[in-house]
Amino acid sequence: MDAAKPAAPFEYLLRLGDNALVLSQRLSEWCGKGPALEEDMALTNVALDLIGQARLWLSYAGELDSAGAGRSEDELAFLRDAGEFRNLLLVEQPNGSYADTLMRQFLFDAWHALALRELAASADPRVAEIAAKAQKEVAYHLRRSSDLVVRLGDGTEKSRAMMQAALEQLWPYTGEMFQGDALDRDAAASGAGFDPAGLRAPWLDYVGEVLAEATLKQPPAEAWMHSGGKQGRHTEKLGFLLAEMQFLQRAYPGARW
Amino acid sequence: MSSEWPLWEVFIRSQHGLAHKHVGSLHAPDAEMAVNNARDVYTRRNEGVSIWVVRSADITASSPGDKAPLFDPARSKVYRHPTFFPMPEEVKNI
Repeated sequence: MDAAKPAAPFEYLLRLGDNALVLSQRLSEWCGKGPALEEDMALTNVALDLIGQARLWLSYAGELDSAGAGRSEDELAFLRDAGEFRNLLLVEQPNGSYADTLMRQFLFDAWHALALRELAASADPRVAEIAAKAQKEVAYHLRRSSDLVVRLGDGTEKSRAMMQAALEQLWPYTGEMFQGDALDRDAAASGAGFDPAGLRAPWLDYVGEVLAEATLKQPPAEAWMHSGGKQGRHTEKLGFLLAEMQFLQRAYPGARW
Repeated sequence: MSSEWPLWEVFIRSQHGLAHKHVGSLHAPDAEMAVNNARDVYTRRNEGVSIWVVRSADITASSPGDKAPLFDPARSKVYRHPTFFPMPEEVKNI
């Protein structure tokens, strides 16, 4: 790597890749069970976009992995335990009802779009390239999830109540998206990454606007928030997700098709 | 849920210069969601650059029972096809 061009740290790339991978796995759990054929397809399309992004982030991470000396994207996805995952707690939350799934998607998409905009200007050219590609996909994800939050929030009594409950349940997992640690500071200082705290104001602006249109009541921005996913301290839900996702490689190591 | 949503016909233009072509139908609560759904159901393999959606109920179709009176009279009028004129060799693309 050219010294003039800073490379994003391995663990920083894991965070980006694991967000996409874990959320993709969650969304794919809906495959064949969506409330309508059109929704089923739309959600699996988003899952496919995210798995594509996860591959790009994790294969780059693998190249920079000094400890495991060049682990492949598949090894990183299928042979790490929960404690080695660096995704946000928000994306590992279970699907729940369709309202819960859509709200989780909306809260994440709004952050994801902002994060990718920062990363598209990264001093690490590989990061900038991957982010630029993902940006187009995520612009559509956000458009779609915002639209559905408004429709279901400002829908029937029942849909509104379900969306409000989903919002209140997921809200405490949103704070982690804006909490920077030493790794974030290093990445921001080198120009490869960004300061997550800087995304908080524009995220609150956008999310507040959509929630108001959806006639949903936004929980207080200063509410107590969970954290730890970015450092590998996960909720127990991730273990179940990984058990399913990694089963084949764990039971039949090296299996291919 | 989908049984309560109206049906929409979807038309996709595959590239600039070509006409929109009917590709199928889907259910959606309104036009905006019909376009979104059409994008997700019918353009997954890079099929399109433009989408039209029309409420199926708004399409007026000819009745299959009228096939004979509508179309049979044209059958015997071969002189309407420009096939009776020898084309000069040099003229291309006609």
